[in-house]
Amino acid sequence: MQISRRTVFIAGGSLAAAATLAACGSNNPLASTPPASPGGSTGPSGSAPASDVTLQQWYHEYGEPGVKEAVERYAAAYTAAKVEVKWTPGDYASILAAQLLTANVPDVFEVEQGGSLDMIRSGQLADLTELIAPVKDQFNPAVMKRFTFEDKVHGIPQTIDMQLLYYRPSLLQAAGVEPPTTFDALVAAANAVKTSDIGGFFAGNDGGIGVLGTILIWASGNEQLTEDRSAVAFLNDNFYAALTAYREFYTSPGLLQAASAEWYDGAAFVNGEAAMQWGGLWSLPDIQKAWGDDVGVLPFPAIGSGGRPAVPFGAFGACVAEKGKNVEASKEFVKWLWIDQEEYQVDFSNSYGTHIPAKTALVAKADKLAEGPGKDAADFVSEYGFANDIMWSGAMGDAYNAAISNVIKDGKDPKAEFAAFEETAKAELAKLQG
Amino acid sequence: MTDAAAPAQPSPSRGLWHRIRGRQGRNLWFAAFVAPFFLGLLIFVYVPIVWSAYLSFFEARNTVTPTRFVGWANYSYLLHDRLFLNSLVVFVAFAAFIVPLTYVCSLGLALLLDKITIGRAFFRSVFFIPTAVSYVIAAIIWRFGFFNGARFGLINSFLRQFGIDPVNWLGGGNNLYWIALVTARLWLQVGFYMILFIAGLNKIPVETYEAAALDGASGWRLLRWITLPQLKATSVAVIMLLLINAFQAFDEFYNMLGSIGSYPPYGRPPLVHLFLVALGGGQQDLGVGGAGTVILTSIIVVFGIVQNWVLNRGEKA
Repeated sequence: MQISRRTVFIAGGSLAAAATLAACGSNNPLASTPPASPGGSTGPSGSAPASDVTLQQWYHEYGEPGVKEAVERYAAAYTAAKVEVKWTPGDYASILAAQLLTANVPDVFEVEQGGSLDMIRSGQLADLTELIAPVKDQFNPAVMKRFTFEDKVHGIPQTIDMQLLYYRPSLLQAAGVEPPTTFDALVAAANAVKTSDIGGFFAGNDGGIGVLGTILIWASGNEQLTEDRSAVAFLNDNFYAALTAYREFYTSPGLLQAASAEWYDGAAFVNGEAAMQWGGLWSLPDIQKAWGDDVGVLPFPAIGSGGRPAVPFGAFGACVAEKGKNVEASKEFVKWLWIDQEEYQVDFSNSYGTHIPAKTALVAKADKLAEGPGKDAADFVSEYGFANDIMWSGAMGDAYNAAISNVIKDGKDPKAEFAAFEETAKAELAKLQG
Repeated sequence: MTDAAAPAQPSPSRGLWHRIRGRQGRNLWFAAFVAPFFLGLLIFVYVPIVWSAYLSFFEARNTVTPTRFVGWANYSYLLHDRLFLNSLVVFVAFAAFIVPLTYVCSLGLALLLDKITIGRAFFRSVFFIPTAVSYVIAAIIWRFGFFNGARFGLINSFLRQFGIDPVNWLGGGNNLYWIALVTARLWLQVGFYMILFIAGLNKIPVETYEAAALDGASGWRLLRWITLPQLKATSVAVIMLLLINAFQAFDEFYNMLGSIGSYPPYGRPPLVHLFLVALGGGQQDLGVGGAGTVILTSIIVVFGIVQNWVLNRGEKA
């Protein structure tokens, strides 16, 4: 189980970490691609190319079966260098961060949102700006924006994950409500569909605070930080009103307080514990298996008059270690795999779960996104996609969550609670600005 | 090993070497057995302690060899952090429940099992076995089994038989999560302290009881005037261990209340908070982390000294 706001988006990683929660059993029958590495070894596989350069490539553990074999297959197909894949179960972010402090760094590795502020600042990541410059426009613009820090890019987006609202059209119809496009409508719909057997809306056993917390900023029409990242930018009446609205929702019967699994697992929705659930796109195959066509998806609805719909997204980026022994060869490999090999990119996103290819043009080639909820989801990222700011640090996210929790669960006054948060944020931003 | 074991045959410089070796090479044996542990302790405990104290005076993000000295900034950051101060309150509250409860339960079990004649080994094992269970696993059983907030959670489905609505045990908005936290730890640790008490009880000479019995004492008076005073040394150790363990609480809190991406502001003991601010999300703010460990270590040291002082004072009085 993991950690702070910054990882809230670990998507596939969430599933890996949540293996104890039985989140990811045999959720994907499509994933039986046999490993094609020469010799069929199960250990770190690699190619045997002409060059004597050997690159170490690290991945976190993806929850879906078949991904490990797939990335080993990609590595084996590369001929300009030998690539050894290291699959890293457990707390990948911490393991990687610790390894990067040693002399023996992996050459190529994936990092959420293409590199953390700490990593960039401490010079751990090679500058990939020139590598991606010629093809920058091919990638999803929302993701590219998030991947760019001070005009530099340190990671090539691999695949996009996102969160969204699942609902059962039949249940909403039976209760006589439309799919909600505003927060008020969501509250009304949740309370209308709720019966003694099925809850209205579910977003986690903490009342949805953990996952919806920052979404309330975006959905109420605000941004996390000011343009120059010197201060927080959302402490206004619209935001406070959004909190009050959510507090009312929280105390109404329509919000399902607890279910058999967390939001990042489709189980509560699959088991019919709630008519609507906030979840991850990665759960779509399970959910469609359970309910067939009776599945609709929505972005988080706009709150208040200044609001707008919002979906959070996250993307792992392929990064190169600045301290690595073969920086140039590593860059070449990253370019080859994540920029040139579009077939692999589609395979990676589409064959083992539901993810969105990082390049916009490839979305059409992913059959799971071709129609229905998958297609809607892919559109949401471009239209309503938001991601935590690079300076939205762990400490800040934690203080934010605490304030949100106090307001929504204990009914404290938003202004007073967020005055304390503002202090923390100010100190933290000052430190981060350096 | 074998070097030390081999009797240093006809030692050339008998005098000094002999003294170093000690009689029958005892000093060498001492070194051979103690050195590995001492080295381990040095490398994995003392060096990190000193190093984190050093880091605590630096802005040390993603590095263990920082260059930006910041003085007491990390300390003042933590001491002004509402959630950190609150975590100390959480520790006090947790300790106020768990220490007396474990003390009474494990002493009670020890007294019961000490007298028992049938199935002694069986009962001791039964109560001791939970000690071998991992805190993480227990937390997961508690969270997803007993205290699951869904309507088919173990306790909730029981309550539903009586028409009671499902209770949201761990979700906050109430204080019920304490029941889960305290019961889990109690179940896990009571057996261990029971064994300590049994060991203590076995050391009380039977004659004292016999003498007291001759004087007509029995039941509660034996316990009050003989057993408890004789168990004083054990009690001191038990309470100290309980306090330190409560202070170090992490696993069951983190695994019962935490979710991916977040941990609620309530029910947050010091180590969980430190973990979140220093290492949360794969970040490494080692300066703040170091400052936090120094603060916590000082608190526990002060605790120990005060406890020692109070108990010794009681002894002299």
